[in-house]
Amino acid sequence: MATTAIVGEKVGMSQKWVDDRIVPVTVLRVEPMRVVQVKTPERDGYSALQVTYGHRDAKKLNKPEAGHFAKADVVAGTRLVELRLDSVEGYTVGQEIAVDTVAPGSKVDVTAVSRGKGFAGTMKRHNFKGQGASHGNHKHHRAPGAIGSCSFPGRVFKGVRMSGHMGNEQVTTLNLEVVESDPERNLLLVKGSVPGPKGGVVVVRNAVKSPVGEG
Amino acid sequence: MKSTDLIDNESLRDDIPDFAAGDEVKVHVRVVEGSKERVQIFQGNVIGRQGGGLHETYTVRKLSYGVGVERTFPLHAPTVTKIEVVKRGDVRRAKLYYLRGRTGKAAKIREKRDF
Repeated sequence: MATTAIVGEKVGMSQKWVDDRIVPVTVLRVEPMRVVQVKTPERDGYSALQVTYGHRDAKKLNKPEAGHFAKADVVAGTRLVELRLDSVEGYTVGQEIAVDTVAPGSKVDVTAVSRGKGFAGTMKRHNFKGQGASHGNHKHHRAPGAIGSCSFPGRVFKGVRMSGHMGNEQVTTLNLEVVESDPERNLLLVKGSVPGPKGGVVVVRNAVKSPVGEG
Repeated sequence: MKSTDLIDNESLRDDIPDFAAGDEVKVHVRVVEGSKERVQIFQGNVIGRQGGGLHETYTVRKLSYGVGVERTFPLHAPTVTKIEVVKRGDVRRAKLYYLRGRTGKAAKIREKRDF
């Protein structure tokens, strides 16, 4: 699991010149996070930080939320996000975490909910080839083709790839390089693309599967 | 205004001269050969500018030993040390792709005369 993690929002994509080369970057807005609760293995069975960021009007909070924030003595934020960590040693309730916990040049994993595609066919969902446009084909241009055998086994095996719901699921992109982290403007620039729409919530953690000798 | 404009602004250059399709320009390009670095000049006619913002590019066409050569540069590339406008061209369109099929006098661009 991760040793550091932060939460932010996706702003959009752009490009940046780094060492005379153009680098595609995703811009993430990472506002300073406040620790609301520290979860420990002894008490909660696992270690995690519950953090909030941004601001929410006190009158827009319901009583349980207000009480939760009051107990931690933390200004109420837009949402509560849990960040799973290896160890929460050194973290205290009320502590602020800023973007610069993620250093430029390091590798990170970015987790977000991907854009929903609805009920998608096999060509879109599983990159099937589809069928020919001509040679007598009739109304089967995007059909998957055969999905099984004959009277033996007499059924379709479980797990055969078919049409169905696509997207709107948690996706993690591994080993993205951090191009820049700007605590003044609360921005994090990550090389490459990140799942989800603009404005979507993303969790950034240090890379956990980076190849040996890197990151 | 796009939400990523603030990021783009840092990479924008402010020393770019005003030039358009039809103009003859000298593009000074930094070239790295091994450990040495030198400046190469690519001189030709601008046949179009594409895109906008940080991503804007321009295409320069020249004849090299009778062979047409086109190079597309990002407008804000730090590898370009200088863009020099040699001549202003008098053209009626923004993209001069018709030059590709022409040679000799037919491929000539009239110089702009301001009275």
